[in-house]
Amino acid sequence: MTAATVPDRQDSSDAGLRPVPWRRMAGVTWRQHRIALAGVAVLLGALAVWLWRLGIPVHHAYAAAVACHPASSASCQDLVNAFNSLNDHMTGPTSIGGVFLQLVPVLIGAFVGAPLLARELETGTFRYAWTQGFGRWRWTLAKLLLIAVVLAAATGACGVLVSWYYQPYFAPGSLGLYQIPPFVTLFSLRGVAFPAWTVAAFVIGALAGLLIRRVVPAIVATLAVYAGLAVAAGGFLRERYLAPLVTSNPNPSGTAWIISQWWTKDGRFVFAGNPPLNLVNQFCSAAPTGNSKNAPFGTFAQCLAGHGYTQWTSYQPASRFWPFQWIEGGWLLALSALLIAATIWLVERRAA
Amino acid sequence: MNVVEASGLGKRYGRSWALRECTLEIPAGRVTALVGPNGAGKSTLLNLAVGLSVPSAGEVTVLGGRRAGSPAALDGIAFVAQDTPLYKTLTVADMISITRSLNRRFDLAYARARLDELGIPARRRAGKLSGGQQAQLALTLALARRPRLLVLDEPVAMLDPIARHDFMTTVMTAASADGLAVLLSSHVLTELERVAGYVILLSRGQVRLAGEVGDLLAASGQTSLEELALGYLRETTPEVTR
Repeated sequence: MTAATVPDRQDSSDAGLRPVPWRRMAGVTWRQHRIALAGVAVLLGALAVWLWRLGIPVHHAYAAAVACHPASSASCQDLVNAFNSLNDHMTGPTSIGGVFLQLVPVLIGAFVGAPLLARELETGTFRYAWTQGFGRWRWTLAKLLLIAVVLAAATGACGVLVSWYYQPYFAPGSLGLYQIPPFVTLFSLRGVAFPAWTVAAFVIGALAGLLIRRVVPAIVATLAVYAGLAVAAGGFLRERYLAPLVTSNPNPSGTAWIISQWWTKDGRFVFAGNPPLNLVNQFCSAAPTGNSKNAPFGTFAQCLAGHGYTQWTSYQPASRFWPFQWIEGGWLLALSALLIAATIWLVERRAA
Repeated sequence: MNVVEASGLGKRYGRSWALRECTLEIPAGRVTALVGPNGAGKSTLLNLAVGLSVPSAGEVTVLGGRRAGSPAALDGIAFVAQDTPLYKTLTVADMISITRSLNRRFDLAYARARLDELGIPARRRAGKLSGGQQAQLALTLALARRPRLLVLDEPVAMLDPIARHDFMTTVMTAASADGLAVLLSSHVLTELERVAGYVILLSRGQVRLAGEVGDLLAASGQTSLEELALGYLRETTPEVTR
């Protein structure tokens, strides 16, 4: 013991102390959070395999249908129909796959973010961690940033795979092939938005854990706050990122995201949405309703247009997909940075 | 040099003061015992000294004028908190690795040799160790940092008599070997008798008595630290139950 007890004390008496290097936190974070990170890896890995297995037939069917010549032939139509009949599992935010993917960020926030600080505070280990030489605000910042970057990379890769899966459906100019608007379908699970939502959920969880100091209530709070934010973004904010375009063309592009529709007559607003029944009865009672189930509204629209009504549509064109992705990713990352700053400030201030 | 200096130090939780008007100097190179009944403010004072809490009033400096909780202070002070918190799911080897990463100095050879001596297996999870072993592990991690001040908050309250004795022996060995200053709190007075050279008596958030154990005993005419402390506590807080 005596041989090992010769300390180098000279250097610790000076004021310009060299801090413990940041890179040391990589090993610490890994040792402490490997189980949570392994859980994330398993979750995202399973999703990736599942998307891959579902996506291969979709891509094959799409390639076969596009390559077929001449397009109007019966065999080509069969290929198109084969492609169109594939879209059962994943093609909407309300399908099982879509719902599950939507939950990924909040699950990560609740089960990786919320326990990060709450468990330290609940079990008292913060008294160990925050009295080590590394320093508590650096400890907090290093952990949050490291895990956030890992999560962003993993979910970013997952988002690329989601985009790949949907590529055939978003492809322009497909002949009779099933198409879905890229805005509405899983906007937050692709591109920049998916990792940004994940990082935001993680940071929300960490801050909730610091404020609440208990793991389970922090998880519940994370779920609630994230749900509120997601609903606010999807139902209110997103359509206002840029001023929508307005057109009187009754048939805007199928890939556009329709925000609202209204009618005018002689330059004055008449009604919004679907035509009221009395108007339909007055002008368009003769319009066929029974036998044209596919487009009764279109028929009314034509009928009303003949009586001097104009339909207006405000929409976000599909070309705005990437600007919107960057706007959403940008404000989410700004929010995350703000929450990280708040967390560190509280860690420094708030104490035992 | 004093390892801890406090002047007018106070800490308030809500409307009640856990510590009030605390002015004291704890000398270097000594084992200092912070004694007093439960709720006297011992943990509060220690948390302020190691920088976990921020004072509501006054100030506290450590290791010759450094702000408590500053990088230089954290570098020179090792703290073993009440109930010796460890990451229960991590192995002993992981705890060593983490502590080593988080500090500028870490005497790996000492830590390994010490755990060998204690028969604590490196691959066992910290949560699977006995209470005595957990306390020894926490103490070993703290000592391997080669601190100038070791702060222990009720280190042996939860231990059986044998583990208690072994723990205090480790502390005393380290303290005598390289002039390490130790500040420990306890409400069990008997065990402090053989270790403490300097004593601070706290009750109801205020310092009642501070000084060399020998001087205090001589001045008061009492024969043991326990009698001295009990005498003071009965005087100042009649309702205290021992």
